[in-house]
Amino acid sequence: MGMREKVMVVLGAVAAMLLTRNIWVMLTQLPDEAFQGAIFRIIFFHVPAAFTCFLCFFLALVAGIVYLAKKSLQWDAFAVSVTEVGLAFGAINLISGMIWARIIWGIWWTWDWRLTSMLVCWLLYAGYLVLRRAVEETTERARLGAVMLILNFSVVPFVFFSIKWFRTQHPQPVLFGEGKMDGIYREMLYGNWVPLLMIAAVLVLLRMKQENQQREIDALRRAAHSF
Amino acid sequence: MAFIRQMLTVAAKDLRSEVRTKEAINASLSFALVILLLFSFAFDPTSETTREIAGGLLWLAFAFAGVLVLNRSFARELPNDCLDMLNASPVPGAALFLGKALANYVLLLGIELVCLPVFGVFYNVTWYRHLGELVLVLLLATWGVTVVGTVFSALTVNLRLREIMLPMLMYPVLIPCLMAAMRLSTVLIGGEPITGDDVAWLRLLIGFDIIFTSLAVVLIDTVLIG
Repeated sequence: MGMREKVMVVLGAVAAMLLTRNIWVMLTQLPDEAFQGAIFRIIFFHVPAAFTCFLCFFLALVAGIVYLAKKSLQWDAFAVSVTEVGLAFGAINLISGMIWARIIWGIWWTWDWRLTSMLVCWLLYAGYLVLRRAVEETTERARLGAVMLILNFSVVPFVFFSIKWFRTQHPQPVLFGEGKMDGIYREMLYGNWVPLLMIAAVLVLLRMKQENQQREIDALRRAAHSF
Repeated sequence: MAFIRQMLTVAAKDLRSEVRTKEAINASLSFALVILLLFSFAFDPTSETTREIAGGLLWLAFAFAGVLVLNRSFARELPNDCLDMLNASPVPGAALFLGKALANYVLLLGIELVCLPVFGVFYNVTWYRHLGELVLVLLLATWGVTVVGTVFSALTVNLRLREIMLPMLMYPVLIPCLMAAMRLSTVLIGGEPITGDDVAWLRLLIGFDIIFTSLAVVLIDTVLIG
C-alpha cells in the first residue's frame, strides 16, 4: 500500500468515527430547536456541504491556473477531481435544503437568492464536466478546462450579487449575518465540517488516482493502435 | 495603432463576408422573430402583461438568436484551415478576438434593432419612451453577451457537437448580465427612468463588461493556441 492509499484509509476511518460520534450527539444530546423542532439538525450537513462545495470550486480555480502555468497533467487531474467532489457536495447542499424547505416552508423549491445562486453555480461547474467530455485530446481538454474554470469562478461573485438583489426568503445566515445561533449548535456545525472535509479529501484522492490510471490506459490504447 | 488597425481589419473581414453570404444573420433574424411570435402563445398578450415582462421576453429572444451568430464566428474559419492561417498571421490573438467580437457586436445590435420595433408592433408596447437609456442598456448588455459568447465560440470551435455546447456553456455564465438587462429593459419599456436601486444593475453591467473583456483578452491566446 502506497503512501497515498494509507493517507486515504486513515482519513476515511477518522472521518467515519467523527461522523458517528457527531450523529450520535446530534440525535441524543442536542435539544430540538425552539421553532423548527427536530428537522433543524439538517443544518449540520447543509451548511458544511456548501462550505466544502465552494472550497472545492476555489481549489479547482487554483488548479486551473497552476495547470496553465506549469502544464502538468497532475494539476488537471486535481482540477477535475476537486470539481466533481465539489458538485457532489453542492448536490448534498441543494437536496438537504429542499428537504428542509418542504417541512419548514411547505415547498420544495423557491426562487430565493441563495437557492438560485447555488443552482446556477452548480450548473456552471456541471458545464465544465460536459466540456471535458466533448474534447478528445488530453492536453487540449486540460487547457480548455482550465480556461473554463477561470471564467466560471469569475462569474460566481456576479451571480451572488445579482441574484441577491431580488427578494429573500431563506433564513438569515446564522454564522455571519444578523441571525443568531446558540453556541452548542455552532460548535456542532463547525465540528461536523471536519469529517465532511476529510471525506471530500478522500474522494478527491481517489478520483485523482482514477484519473491518472485512465490517462495511462488511454496512452497504452493509443500505443496499441499505432502498431 | 497597428493593433487597432488589425482589429478593425478582422472585424471588417467578418462583417463583409457576413453581409455577402448572410448565412448567420438571416437564420438569426428569422429565429428571433419566431421566438417573438411563440411568446404570444405563452401568455395572454395584452399590453399590460407584456409590459411587466417585456425585458425578459426581449432578452430571451436576443440571447437565443445571438447564439446562432456567435456559433458561426469561429466555425466560419474552420474550412480550408483558415483559423490556422489567422493564428499564424502577424495579428495578435487579442486583436483577432476583439475584431471578431466587434463584428458579432454589430450583428447582434442589428438584430436587436429589427426586433425592437417588431416587438412594439406585435405586443402594442411603446418601447421608445426612454430611448437614450434603453440604447445604453442595449449597448452594455449586448457587449457582455458578445464578449462571453465570442470567447466560448473560440473555446468550442474544435469540439464535437459544437452547436449544442456553445449555448450550454455560455448561458449560465451570462446569467448576471442577462438578469441586469432584463430588469433594466423592463423598467425602461414600462416608461420609468433608471433610478434608485436600478442604478446598481447598470453598475453591475459595466463591471461585468470590464471584467469579462479583460479576462477574454488575457485568455484568448491560451484558448486558440495553447
